[in-house]
Amino acid sequence: MKPSPVIELNGVGVSFGGKAVHHDLSLRVEEGQIVGLLGGSGSGKTTLLREILGLLQPDAGTVRLFGIDLNEPDVDRQRNLRRRLGMLFQQGALFSALSVFDNIAFPLRELRCLDADWIRRLVHLKLAMVGLEPAHGKLMPAELSGGMVKRVALARALALEPELLLLDEPTAGLDPDRSQNFVELVGSLQRELGLTVVMVTHDLNTLAGLATHVAVLADQRIIAFGPKAEVMTVDHPFVTGFFGADRRKLL
Amino acid sequence: MSTSPRLLVEPGRVVLSGCWTLAEMLPQLPALEAELVACAGHNEWDLSAISRLDSAAAVLLWRTWGARWPVGLVADDLHRQVLERVADLPLEIAEQARPRRRFPEMVGALLLKAVGNLRGMIALFGQLLLDVAYLVRHPQDVPWKEFTANVYKAGAQALAVTALVGFLIGVTISYLSALQLKSFGADLFIVNILGISIIRELGPVLVAVLVAGRSGSAMTAQIGVMRVTEEIDVLSTMGISRTIRVVLPKIFGLTVAMPLLVLWTSAVALFGGMLAALLQLDLSFAYFVDNLPRAVPVANLVIGLSKGVVFGFVIAIVACHFGLHVKPNTESLSASTTSAVVTAITTVILFDAIFAVFTRNIGVP
Ligand SMILES: Nc1ncnc2c1ncn2[C@@H]1O[C@H](COP(=O)(O)OP(=O)(O)OP(=O)(O)O)[C@@H](O)[C@H]1O
Ligand SMILES: [Mg+2]
Repeated sequence: MKPSPVIELNGVGVSFGGKAVHHDLSLRVEEGQIVGLLGGSGSGKTTLLREILGLLQPDAGTVRLFGIDLNEPDVDRQRNLRRRLGMLFQQGALFSALSVFDNIAFPLRELRCLDADWIRRLVHLKLAMVGLEPAHGKLMPAELSGGMVKRVALARALALEPELLLLDEPTAGLDPDRSQNFVELVGSLQRELGLTVVMVTHDLNTLAGLATHVAVLADQRIIAFGPKAEVMTVDHPFVTGFFGADRRKLL
Repeated sequence: MSTSPRLLVEPGRVVLSGCWTLAEMLPQLPALEAELVACAGHNEWDLSAISRLDSAAAVLLWRTWGARWPVGLVADDLHRQVLERVADLPLEIAEQARPRRRFPEMVGALLLKAVGNLRGMIALFGQLLLDVAYLVRHPQDVPWKEFTANVYKAGAQALAVTALVGFLIGVTISYLSALQLKSFGADLFIVNILGISIIRELGPVLVAVLVAGRSGSAMTAQIGVMRVTEEIDVLSTMGISRTIRVVLPKIFGLTVAMPLLVLWTSAVALFGGMLAALLQLDLSFAYFVDNLPRAVPVANLVIGLSKGVVFGFVIAIVACHFGLHVKPNTESLSASTTSAVVTAITTVILFDAIFAVFTRNIGVP
């Protein structure tokens, strides 16, 4: 049986105030792939993730997740769909009124099935996974450093260990050590749980260490998608500019 | 290809199979937990048939085992890693204790907070004086644009709503008083009643309540969000005084706009009262207007307008104080906005009472 695509975008088009950001964009991500999404600043990577999440309705085309159209009217199916994905926002987007602990516990509590002890263990597990100490659980988001915000947001995105993980610049603002930890963490989760990951990143080390596939966003569409080695040979100014001298490092 | 988690008890050992993930466990969680509890005594566990094991399931198993590795555990390296991560957690994770407050403590904390706020407002007032002194020496730094923008926002844009409310109140009071006066045959005193009550008392207080809800909350929210998004800090790093650029124009803008609003609202309310008197008592506009100056000494207008100045200043300083003390989270923002409006209205009423005491001999014919 051929695995069904986790993400399927078909002919998606979006424009803001008459300026097209995406035009006739198509992308198909299969189960278990870790896709690195590349593109220049302002090329519409975050916008693409927002479309995949259904936060932004495209003007044209369809978005399907796990084979389900995002315009499906059934509320229950929609909610179940949302539980299968986790998102790390570029700015963290932690709930500013909740402590770190409560931020991570939030999606777990929303299930209304887990008892307090279970949630507490899971939250501390997630904190440990992203390299934070239990004592950090008491802090409020405003009391965190930029990199800590990123890690807490990652822990929250991982709270349900969702099948599809969307990461917007997960390693921006982390020191190289932490980036390496992140690469190992997501890698091992992927092996254990068969996650599908789409991540926006400009960091070549993260890309080299983690991504199985690369998608390149330029000229308002995905100009190249495929295994890392294949995409690097694509002849497009952005691709040659981006990988440039570092092509060897990626392989 | 995901299959639901299953648990099989064979003689002497427990065999788990299927997909042990949170999503798959959820539909049958109570049943699974009960089955696991029933197997808790076993020492031989076979996890080799499990296709996936996530940390939620690992925590569940670890709890079932009583936080010890079972003697005979068969599991893939991959799954063992997940379990090890759970096992590495400290045994006793301290619960986040929330300190319970007793009643006297709560009263004390409330009092301290009130004193703190009072101090903050006095400090802000002092800062304002210093800023004014600075601006007198450096007139080119006066933030005229922000000042006029605030007069427009707090004053001009509030004309419609204050007029509507003033008109309706005027009609209501006139109508109710007319009913009473008619029964005494004292129709003509409607001019005195309306004139004194609206110009001296109702106009200023009504506008103050409306403006506190409208502009006071807006000021607190704006300054508060600027704090949350660190825009206030950006101003400081650019060497721009936040009190001169943000707070001062708001306070002076409202102080200037309020008496004008009071004048406008009192006029419209009187007009509403005149209209009701005409319909109810057949009192002509001309009679009303002719007798108003005689019934209401001009001192009342002065009192009304000075109330406007004081109330505007109080509302703005309270709103700015609470805005500057918003902590960078949404909960604090909403709490501060609420406190600002409540405190502003309460303080205005307090000042109104003080006015009443000190002007009790002035302007009453
Ligand atoms: N809500 C919006 N309204 C108007 N324009 C928008 C909106 N959101 C995004 N844009 C525009 O869409 C384009 C793509 O933005 P997007 O945030 O997706 O970029 P990005 O690829 O994530 O960039 P970066 O790498 O800098 O984060 C930009 O030109 C931006 O100005
Ligand atoms: Mg972006």
